[in-house]
Amino acid sequence: MTVLVIIEHDRGNVPEAAFEALTAARQFGLPVEAAVTGEGAADAAASLGAYGAETIHHATADAVGDYSPEAWGQALAGVVEATSPSIVLSVGTDRGNELMAQIAARMDLPFVANCVEVSDDASSMTRSQWGGALHEETTLDADTKLLSFAPHAVEATESAAVGTVVDVAVDVDESLARTMIKDRVVLSEGITLSTAPVVVSGGRAVGSEEAFAPLEELAGELGGKVGCSRAVTNNGWRPHSDQVGQTGTRIAPTIYIASGISGATQHWVGAMGSKNILAINTDPEANMVVKAGWAVLGDLHEVIPAITEEVRKRKG
Amino acid sequence: MRILCLVKRVPAPGARINITEDEQYVDDKNLGHAVSPHEECGVEAAVQLVEKHGGEATVLSMGGAESEEQLRAAVSVGIAKMVLVPTDGSPMDPQQTAAALVEAIRNLEEADGAFDLIIFGNESADQGGFQVGIRIAHALGRPMVNGIKGLDVDGAAEGHILANREIDSGVEVYELPMPACVGVKEGINLPRYPTMKGRLASKKAELSTVDAAAEAGGQAQVKLKSPPEVVNETVILGNGPEAAPAVVDLLEELGVM
Repeated sequence: MTVLVIIEHDRGNVPEAAFEALTAARQFGLPVEAAVTGEGAADAAASLGAYGAETIHHATADAVGDYSPEAWGQALAGVVEATSPSIVLSVGTDRGNELMAQIAARMDLPFVANCVEVSDDASSMTRSQWGGALHEETTLDADTKLLSFAPHAVEATESAAVGTVVDVAVDVDESLARTMIKDRVVLSEGITLSTAPVVVSGGRAVGSEEAFAPLEELAGELGGKVGCSRAVTNNGWRPHSDQVGQTGTRIAPTIYIASGISGATQHWVGAMGSKNILAINTDPEANMVVKAGWAVLGDLHEVIPAITEEVRKRKG
Repeated sequence: MRILCLVKRVPAPGARINITEDEQYVDDKNLGHAVSPHEECGVEAAVQLVEKHGGEATVLSMGGAESEEQLRAAVSVGIAKMVLVPTDGSPMDPQQTAAALVEAIRNLEEADGAFDLIIFGNESADQGGFQVGIRIAHALGRPMVNGIKGLDVDGAAEGHILANREIDSGVEVYELPMPACVGVKEGINLPRYPTMKGRLASKKAELSTVDAAAEAGGQAQVKLKSPPEVVNETVILGNGPEAAPAVVDLLEELGVM
């Protein structure tokens, strides 16, 4: 009886989500093992012992290389078959859920995505619907229980284990390399919306594309990124990649500065992972103000530049 | 190109979500309905591909009879054909949903030939199982990549389609041999509004029905519940620009200066 954690990585770089998954796996009281595959898997494996992985199964096959949902899914399903764990899990990121679904499809097993609470034997759980705005209690009936934890449901903590790496030769059909990444376009180096310590967001009340300039200035002073609500991207004022929300990016900054955002459910579920929230709004009854730890009541067009000026003054 | 897009009728997202007394459904009596946002963009992507490269797009929905509203909405923005796979509306688990849809798609393909591209939403707005499209693609033996925010045949090798996936630092490019499947995300395009001509066409369009069913899978919904409310005594740092020093005190305290 073991728990097998499916490790997502990008050419050896392991995201925080994989450490969250290893941390979550320790709650079952079973030996924690991990599975890695693909280009850079050996580098990825090296960081996993620190988070409690006793054994790391490295799935090897000629057809696995850079990320490919199908080839990786087949290789990782091979580890599940070879090691017969009772629970297999990941964190529900894009790649985490995609790989779990690939494994589930290949093994014809049920898979419960984005759990927030799981029973000791994983036969029942509470999971997120509507991006976290609604919870579903569900049961899971299978010999091998496949699930993912909702992102940020568990905070990653270290817990040293041996972390022995074992190579497992698996069968992967060469044709599955058809879904391998062919090319990459790097758009930004350094911090991103989902990793920024500070996110300064604006909603419909910002008013125009140009009126985001003061938000850019404040975010720049604080080493953060600018985000926005769905209304803003629907108006074409910002690219969709800046959208915080159920259909955009889930953020988890140290502080989220939400200006002129009412806090509709679809936005809130993208922002609720933030450690602190400061709302700037003219409406003291706005959902975002009510849910925020801190608020400034006023017009964002006046408040944001005043904060930027104060930041600059103190920095000297 | 022959394209199939799958859409799901869901209560219009954004509003507060209430639950019915039996704790099994979202109480939608005061809510409008829409196509899941990712899938609405999937419909637009299908219409754009057909406009550019010719062919025909079909929209399919599995659900209660009222899903006809969402199918006709897709026709009003340029989809040629619509198909309903009727159910009694009770919750279905992802394995069951996928198996029934595989049967329906096979029926359609036996009659009229394979679809070059099947477009799913990345996940449904309501249940959000993150797997139905992947299960269907696997059953049909076709390549599938989720999270797609760009699709183009131009620039791809013969018989292939380029699919872009946005990640934190940039874009991953996939080149899938067709027939292929993709799960798209909102942001791949801005869906158009229907024209008057489109609305009229959607009223006249013929709705075809395909029956398909499947056994329940291993995941079973017990009940829905509201997540714990966020209870906060919001600290008001001040009014207007005069609050700036208090805000910056907070930023210093949190160590983000």
